[in-house]
Order: sequence, then C-alpha cells, then structure tokens
Amino acid sequence: MADIAQSQASANERKSGSAWLAKSGDRLLPLLAAVGMLVLWQLIIWIFSIRPFIMPGPIAVLGAFIEDGPKLWLNFWLTFLEAALGFIFGNLIAILMAVAFVHNRTSERAFFPIAVFINTIPIIAVAPILVLIFGNGYSPKIIIAALICFFPTLVNMVRGLKAVNPATLDLMRVLSASDAEIFWKVRLQSSLPFLFAALKIAATTCVVGAIVAEWIGSNYGLGALILLASYNYHAPLLYASVFSASLLAVFLFAMVSFAERRMIKWKTPAVH
Amino acid sequence: MATMHAVKDAVSAEAETAFAVRVDGLDVTFGEGETAVTALRDVNVDIPEGALVTMLGPSGCGKSTLLRAIADLVPASRGEIKVHERTPEEARKARDFAFVFQDATLLPWRSAIDNVRLPLEVGNPGPAHADPMELLELVGLKGREKALPGELSGGMRQRVAIARALVTRPRILLMDEPFGALDEIARDNLNEELLRIWTETGTTILFVTHSIPEAVFLGQKVLLLAAHPGRVKEYMTVDLPYPRQLPVRDTVEFIKITAHLRKMLEEC
Ligand SMILES: Nc1ncnc2c1ncn2[C@@H]1O[C@H](COP(=O)(O)OP(=O)(O)O)[C@@H](O)[C@H]1O
Ligand SMILES: [Mg+2]
Repeated sequence: MADIAQSQASANERKSGSAWLAKSGDRLLPLLAAVGMLVLWQLIIWIFSIRPFIMPGPIAVLGAFIEDGPKLWLNFWLTFLEAALGFIFGNLIAILMAVAFVHNRTSERAFFPIAVFINTIPIIAVAPILVLIFGNGYSPKIIIAALICFFPTLVNMVRGLKAVNPATLDLMRVLSASDAEIFWKVRLQSSLPFLFAALKIAATTCVVGAIVAEWIGSNYGLGALILLASYNYHAPLLYASVFSASLLAVFLFAMVSFAERRMIKWKTPAVH
Repeated sequence: MATMHAVKDAVSAEAETAFAVRVDGLDVTFGEGETAVTALRDVNVDIPEGALVTMLGPSGCGKSTLLRAIADLVPASRGEIKVHERTPEEARKARDFAFVFQDATLLPWRSAIDNVRLPLEVGNPGPAHADPMELLELVGLKGREKALPGELSGGMRQRVAIARALVTRPRILLMDEPFGALDEIARDNLNEELLRIWTETGTTILFVTHSIPEAVFLGQKVLLLAAHPGRVKEYMTVDLPYPRQLPVRDTVEFIKITAHLRKMLEEC
C-alpha cells in the first residue's frame, strides 16, 4: 500500500518535472531557433563574403541600430502614431457601422455593397489619391491605415453581433427585454471574440497601411526611412527600418492580445 | 408536507376554476400554403393551479410548440390560451411565468450569481423577487456563486438556470426537457430536487420530457401528445402519493403506469 503511494508520488513528481521542462521549452525553443538563424545568416555572409550593400549581416544591422538609433526611434514613433490613430478610427467606424447594420436592415442593404466596393480597391492605388487631396501631412497616412483596418472589422463585428444563440434570444423575450437591453447585455458581449479576431488582424495591417502611405509621399516615418535607405544603398539601415516596422506591428498585436485577455475571461467558442 | 397536499387537493376540489393555464381549441401552424406544417391541432388542456404536469410524446409531436405558445414565443393560429385569465403576452409582461430551456442558456461571461440576477436587470421585473444568493443555496450551489458557466458541469449549469427562473417568483414554471442533456445520475438528483422545490414554493410546473419514467416520477398528471398533427392523446392523473423518492420507480404501481404509457406511446 505504502509502496504504491510512494511510487505514485514519485510518478507525479516526474510528471510535474517534465511539465516544467516542456513549459520553459515552449519559450526557450523559438528563442534558440531565432539565435541559430541569426548565426547561420552571419556565417553565410562571411563564408560567401557577400558585400554589405547587397545583404548585410546581423552584426552590421545591429551597428545601424546603434548608429542611427535616435533617427530610428523618432521615425518609429511617428509611424506608430499614424498606425495607432488609423487603427482607432478605422475600427471605431467599423464597429459603429456594424451596430447600425444590425439594428437596421435597410442601412445594411444600402451601405454594405459600398463597403465591399471600397474593400476591392487596392490600397496602393488609393494612396496617391489621398495624398493629392490631403497633402504630405499625417492625415492621408491615418486615413489609409484606417481604411485597411476597416473592412475585416466591419464584417467580423456584424457576424459577432448576429451570432447570438437563438435560445438566449428566446430567454430575453420571455423576460420582455427591450432591443437596447438585448444589445448591451447580450449582443455586445458575445461579439467580443469576433471583434478581437479582427482587431488582431488590424494590429498588423494598420502598420502596412501607414508605411505604404509614407512611401507615396512623406519625408518622415519608417516608410520614408526605408525608401531613403534603399536609394542610398544603405542596406544595414534599410534592414534596421524593416525590423523596426515589424517590431511596431508585434507591439500593437501584443497590446490587442493583452486587452483581449483582460476583457474575455470566459471560455470562448471557436471563432473563425 | 402531507397536510400541505391535502390542502391543495381540497382547494382544487372546492374551486374548480383555479387554473393556471387554460388552452382552448389551440391550433399552431408554421409557414403558409403548401409548405405549411400543422404542429398542433385542436389542443384543449387545463393546468390546475399549483399542479406539476409532465408532457410526454414522440419527438416532433409539438411539445415544445405547446410550451412556447403558452410562453408567447409562438403565436396561436387558432383558439385561445389563458394564463391566469390573461393572454400569454400580458402574462409574459407581468412575469407570470419563467422558462427553463434544454441547454441552460446562461450568459458565459457572467458568474453564476450574475446569471441568476439577469431577470432583475431587464424588462419590468416587478417588486417581488427572491434573494439570488438564497436561490443558489436552494439549488445546492452554495459557494459556487462566483464560478463562470464554463467552470460548471452540465447539471450545475441547469441548476443555475432553475435558480434564475425562480428569482422573480413566477407562479408558473415552463420547462422544456431541462434535464434531457444530463447523465442519469445528475438527472435523478435534479428530479428529486425539483420535487422539493415544487413543494417548497408551490409553483405550478409544466415539464416536457421524452423519458417515461421521468414523466411518471415527477408528474401529478401526465399529458400525452400524439404526432401528425400534434394533439392530446391522453391526460391522466398519476396515483402515486407525494413525497416521492427515487425507489418508488421500482414499485409495481409505478411500473404499471409506465407500461401503460409506453403502450399508448407506441400507438402514437
Ligand atoms: N419555428 C418553426 N418553423 C417551422 N416548423 C416548426 C417550427 N418549430 C417547430 N416546427 C415543427 O413543428 C413540429 C413540432 O415541433 P416541436 O414542438 O419542436 O416538437 P417536440 O418538441 O415535441 O419534439 C415539428 O414538425 C417541427 O418541425
Ligand atoms: Mg422539443
């Protein structure tokens, strides 16, 4: 009896031990893989003696990060501002429009085709038009970042607001709940998983929007820096700018994920 | 408890008009023209005040439809329904009845206690309501009030749904296969507890099930529906005294009644 208890205990110990290893491995493994790839990259540069203006090694890129640090940092924040404002406006308008669509079928029938049409215009094609209209300032960048966020959020939010369990609607009817009460107590909450699925997409695409807008007409921001560096064959700076842009997207994505974990504590049904 | 039922019986014998629900010549048809489905035809039923009536019938015979018509979730195509002498709509607005669905339909982002409170936050709940905490205790969920539905078992979720239904002190409880998705042990437990709640609260209960033993164990009366079109096949009184405990299901009387109902069901 005691034997069994003992072996049970040591089995548990082993299990929790290997669980700990697996858990830290989850974080360690990708880190090791990343370091390995950087080393491989640097080795290829050395072995084939690739010249830095064709492809710089990680050490050269790190040098650019240090040398042009203040410049990268400043332009990082400018692009961040454009992307974040575009993210906020684009998603806010999409959410409000989705609410209107769900409350009023006529508005959905009237405006949804227009939304689909706007979505079919390639963002790169609209950018010059907006730059012509609004000039070289912040506004065309914010608008393009907003445009690129808008459609996926609109579609997902409409789906989310409608994806209420019919039995729950029966329950609310038995309780004689008003449409407003159903909206605030049921629809809004049950749309959150759908909304956050869209916001995670938007967190990365709004950065793309801001950078594309900066390419068309701008002398600041990571997009402008990317163009400038490539014109000057300053490859290390080019790579550093590209990495900064992707860090920006990762940062926004992490913020959305954090908000999601704070706001949705319940087990969500699978959202596709 | 025995005296309470004696009083109940005396009252219903004395005043024949004390009905919680009266269904008179009810037809319910879905759709129009060639594709129309007649779910119920000429249904006449009276549910006495304070009774526990169980409803049985083959699947698709219109049990849910009858319950939903009483709850003002489905309109009557012909005939009349009176809930305490009012139309279903008036009764719904007055919170005369509460509905318990097959899946608990809890809001997954709300804790158990907040789900029980939901009926007090929407519509016109009226002044007379029970203490949500006491109700959770009544259904045996003391200490789990902060749990989210995702953290509770199917049986516990259904207990929360029952507490939620009771919070506005409804006079009638409409239950559509509330324990249909539960395993047998959870179902047995909840059957006993439902009987206890019924005797403690005096609520009229109309309970849909597809289990013959469950219908007989719970019901004062069993309403048997036949299909195509949905109609009343039999409305019988179960002659088994309360309080009933689970072993009653092994008695000869009980088995006789279930055998009779099984035979009737086969004819449906
Ligand atoms: N909303 C609806 N629209 C069309 N037909 C329905 C609807 N609800 C129920 N029916 C039909 O009415 C009949 C009775 O259904 P229901 O009351 O759900 O049966 P039960 O609950 O006894 O299984 C079935 O034939 C079903 O297909
Ligand atoms: Mg049914």
